Amino acid sequence: MTEPLLLVLVVATALAFDFTNGFHDTGNAMATSIATRALKPKQAVLLSASLNLVGAFLSLTVAATIATGIIDANIVTLEVVLAGLVGGIVWNLITWLFGIPSSSSHALIGGVVGAALAAAGSQGVLWTGLTAKVLIPALVAPIVAILVGTIGTWLVARFTRDVEQEQNDKMFRWGQIGSASLVSLAHGTNDAQKSMGIILLALIAAGAVPQDSGVPFWVILSCALAMAIGTYTGGWRVIRTLGKGLVELESRQGMAAETSSAAVILLSSHFGYSLSTTHVATGSILGSGVGMKGASVRWSVAGRMFLAWMITVPAAALVGAACLWLDLLIGGTAGSYVVFGLLLVVSGGIFAWSRRKPVNHSNVNDDWDPAAESESFVAESVASHTPQAMTVKKKRLRKAKKALRKREQAEAAELAAYEAELAQSADADTSSASDVDPDSVGAPVVSKRKDEE
Amino acid sequence: MNEFVEWQSLANVVIFGILVGAGLPALFALGVRIIAGPGARDEAGRVSTGRLIAGWTCFGVTIIAILGAVAYIAAGGH
Repeated sequence: MTEPLLLVLVVATALAFDFTNGFHDTGNAMATSIATRALKPKQAVLLSASLNLVGAFLSLTVAATIATGIIDANIVTLEVVLAGLVGGIVWNLITWLFGIPSSSSHALIGGVVGAALAAAGSQGVLWTGLTAKVLIPALVAPIVAILVGTIGTWLVARFTRDVEQEQNDKMFRWGQIGSASLVSLAHGTNDAQKSMGIILLALIAAGAVPQDSGVPFWVILSCALAMAIGTYTGGWRVIRTLGKGLVELESRQGMAAETSSAAVILLSSHFGYSLSTTHVATGSILGSGVGMKGASVRWSVAGRMFLAWMITVPAAALVGAACLWLDLLIGGTAGSYVVFGLLLVVSGGIFAWSRRKPVNHSNVNDDWDPAAESESFVAESVASHTPQAMTVKKKRLRKAKKALRKREQAEAAELAAYEAELAQSADADTSSASDVDPDSVGAPVVSKRKDEE
Repeated sequence: MNEFVEWQSLANVVIFGILVGAGLPALFALGVRIIAGPGARDEAGRVSTGRLIAGWTCFGVTIIAILGAVAYIAAGGH
């Protein structure tokens, strides 16, 4: 029997992770609706929170496992789970601080993998499973979503190109809200269950419930609530990046992007090739920029995001491993308390840091600050004027510069030649001052006149 | 590489993803075009019944797809 307080600690941390999960992933569903003003920011997060809550109750096929097939199930102890959760939470908070949408489930897996490594060395991790289930899907998901989003947006734009913009906005608004709701619902079902699974696992490990127990109702309720409250709090920083940072969206693109997200997320889990909601949603939004004529995609922002996805697992693993080491170093339950305390301190610190430049429902839709990104500044000016006229091909620019340099060089050479000639004739003048030859004096003048012509 | 990438599932996701994820928005857009596109309104500014039926059929399919997806989530098929 584990100490009850430790159990409480693990449950609280799992709920905290659930909270950051909801709060980090609001943007996946609602960023486009907020950016296109189909919904007011507060309405959007309220809708998303309610749907997450409903989603959590919808389906209760919870397996009491985490990271199945990724880590060795025999080494999962409460300490490992706690360290893994801390890793996930810290990475979620850091990416939130920078407004980077990153996968919450990958963060959790990363944290647990790190803790497993620290606990049992490299044989604690099933590397093939990790590569096949986490690392490669992280690369594949955005590509698939970009493809689907691009095709969808292109078709939509093509069908509705001669429909009045006002009509388009009015109708696609509804399509957008419908598809975004679906993404929220799917998220609630999928992700709330992860936390439920963790808590159930902890309860079983501590002997608080029998081995074959179902999920107690209070666990379902608290997980659903934690995620809904997290969603309602709104990760405004992430919403801002997804809605405004990547592509300037209009209703048609938003609708196509959300439908593509919903379809890919649901289909991928149906075919047993789970892709991260975050990666799919981001990819779809990028695709909606690629498929829309005249829309600019800020690839620099997207690139930073891809980089963050690549380091999600290792970074969370590092935190998870460090937490487990600390836990074991101090030993006993005291170690877990210290880890929990540290989590509180770090979270508080990140929150305090975020207050220096808050993003909330009032400024989430402000224009993306172009000065922060020199590349996007060009994209912005091109997008808001006539793109055709302002597009400067790099190749053409290089050619023009080269031609200019050549001309300048030619002029300089000519000038030098003329000066040299002048100097020569001056020399000739001084050396042969006695016998004056009118031709030698006249010659340079003539040549100069020729140049001028 | 088969050990690392499940090509079969991936191909399914891509194919059906494009069919559903791009097809549904396109269908919706078609509905919008039928109802609000050029030539949709007669002199009196009304949309003909035929167009309304065709347009709402498109929307109907989209709505059914969304409801179907909700039922699918509820059934725990994910």
